[in-house]
Amino acid sequence: MWEYTDKVTDHFRNPRNVGEVENPDGDGLAGSLACGDALRLTFKLDGEKKICEAKFQTFGCASAIASSSALTVMLIGKTIEEAEQLTNNDIIDYLGDLPKQKVHCSVMGREALEAAIYNYRTGKTLNKMLDGEVVCHCFGVTDKALEKFVRDQNLTTAEGVTDACKAGGGCGQCIPEIEKIINRVIGEEKAKVEEKPRMTQLQKIRIIEETIDREIRPILRRDGGDLELHDVDGDRVYVKFVGACVSCPVSSVTLKDVVETQLREAVSDSIVVEAV
Amino acid sequence: MRKSVYVDNNATTAVAPEVTESMLPFFTEHWGNPSSMHTFGGGVKKYIDEAREQVAALIGAEHPNEIIFTSCGSESDNMAIRGVVDAMGGHPHLITTRVEHAAVLGPAHYLEDKGFRLSTLEVDEQGNLDLDQVRELSMTGKKTVASIMWANNETGVIFPVPEIGNIIKEGGGIFHTDAVQIAGKLPISAKDEPIDLLSISGHKLHAPKGIGALYIQRGTKITPHIMGGHQERGRRAGTENVPYIVGLGKACDLAMQRMEQDAAQERKLRDRLEAGILATCKGARINGDVNNRLPNTTNISFEYVEGEAILLMLDDVGICASTGSACASGSLEPSHVLRAMDVPRAMLHGSIRFSLSRYNTDEDIDYVLEKMPIIINRLRELSPFVQDDGKGCNCAGGCGIG
Repeated sequence: MWEYTDKVTDHFRNPRNVGEVENPDGDGLAGSLACGDALRLTFKLDGEKKICEAKFQTFGCASAIASSSALTVMLIGKTIEEAEQLTNNDIIDYLGDLPKQKVHCSVMGREALEAAIYNYRTGKTLNKMLDGEVVCHCFGVTDKALEKFVRDQNLTTAEGVTDACKAGGGCGQCIPEIEKIINRVIGEEKAKVEEKPRMTQLQKIRIIEETIDREIRPILRRDGGDLELHDVDGDRVYVKFVGACVSCPVSSVTLKDVVETQLREAVSDSIVVEAV
Repeated sequence: MRKSVYVDNNATTAVAPEVTESMLPFFTEHWGNPSSMHTFGGGVKKYIDEAREQVAALIGAEHPNEIIFTSCGSESDNMAIRGVVDAMGGHPHLITTRVEHAAVLGPAHYLEDKGFRLSTLEVDEQGNLDLDQVRELSMTGKKTVASIMWANNETGVIFPVPEIGNIIKEGGGIFHTDAVQIAGKLPISAKDEPIDLLSISGHKLHAPKGIGALYIQRGTKITPHIMGGHQERGRRAGTENVPYIVGLGKACDLAMQRMEQDAAQERKLRDRLEAGILATCKGARINGDVNNRLPNTTNISFEYVEGEAILLMLDDVGICASTGSACASGSLEPSHVLRAMDVPRAMLHGSIRFSLSRYNTDEDIDYVLEKMPIIINRLRELSPFVQDDGKGCNCAGGCGIG
């Protein structure tokens, strides 16, 4: 059971300005059926360019209906410039308060207002296509939309994503999913950059030798160890530890963490290193 | 006085007056500890034994000592799954379904995180299971522990537990069923079916909250989750909750006696409610297989309107029901059961569950039928998606309606 203020309950039970303004000057829609809530806002201006009529149609829960009703009441009497200043927090303040998980209802009000003003100015529909699976249910943001945000704006943190498109900023449940998407996109971008040209076996062996000399040996020698290249068979690299490495209890770790990592970076991700 | 109609009995039920009455002496007179050596305490034990027999009779257990009293259905589910897995040792393969109660999915996912293999069976659009899928999974040659509910709490859809149990047992697995919603509503018999463990909950069958039971078939190995006492033959330590155990026994006894007439009455009322709503409310459809359901449950989706709004408007006129809508849950996720059934998106957010009990009357149904069309019409008037001119929906394309 949600704790709604008396004002929310009042606007839910007795919503003001329900319906559709005839021949509206502005007409905007936010949300969708898939998200579980949607709001269509229409308004009309009078001779002094002030909003004289504003109406809403809302599919959604009690707080979505109350937020929509509050929005229309707040809009009437305002100029477009004044209306533009309205934020979702103004709607929340007007209603007294909204439960944290219902803040997106007020955001939907703000979005419908933006869409209606855009329509008033351009005559066009602000069309936010919903493609993909909804990840952030608070703000109805899909995986595809999130991928685009992350890619286009080079976002690397969930916080950055929230600032950009609000996703994750409601209940916060989808943050792990957002982080997965960020990691996936970053991974793809990295893979694109680092794709290495195909090389012949001889080229491969030369690079392996070079990398061992330049990158790996100095590390091992610091601890009195060393290694020799024994053989290369396809992507399998056989090495022989010498010196202190022979009796070192963690040489198998060194093999993977140092030798294999360095060679994979230099040659290819499919390199596997084994000790003989 | 404001009229009040309670049609949310799959959430909880009213405590039957007979049950309350049976419990009272165990607060006022017989409050002794059944483990005591003196007559005042020890004498209480026989009432626990009697209650155990009453529970055993309701679920068809062969021996009363196959019944363990717990604090609730969730405890029974947790104890069954974790207790059996623990006693079995190693890493048995776990099988469950997507539509289980959280009390089963919770421990199942916990074990999965611990490295157990978990297979989650899908359901079809009617909410039914595919038995071939069960067969395939149980024949992997690995030891299995399966937990599959008997009847679904949200839709009332009944799974073919006898057939499922047979398949699991043929594969050598252990079979637990969450019978919380079916117990007391339809006849069940643990001894006649291939069931190793079975959970029930008191407050779903007119006993109070805070009491449940787990049936453990003789010979089934289980590790107790509460240790440190001899109670319940060492399988669940802790001084017995005597008044509630007595209450659960009484509730089971009542259910046994009244089951046939209660089920018939609930079915009649439910069918009338359902038919009335379908006839008077636009865009309504039933979720779940109507030919294979509990007699008391109906789950109805309403196109283009949102469940929480319906629920609050019902609440305003004194009608108590529940919804699978995202907006009504703390998680903002729509019902996992309806999603598993691929309920269309346009319908997913507007589902209402009505669940009846023996205390509902024809007047209750008349009242709900009087209010529902008014509420649905009012919300449809508010909705931007309702286009009576047939032009389709106004949304930006996300709804898939066009």
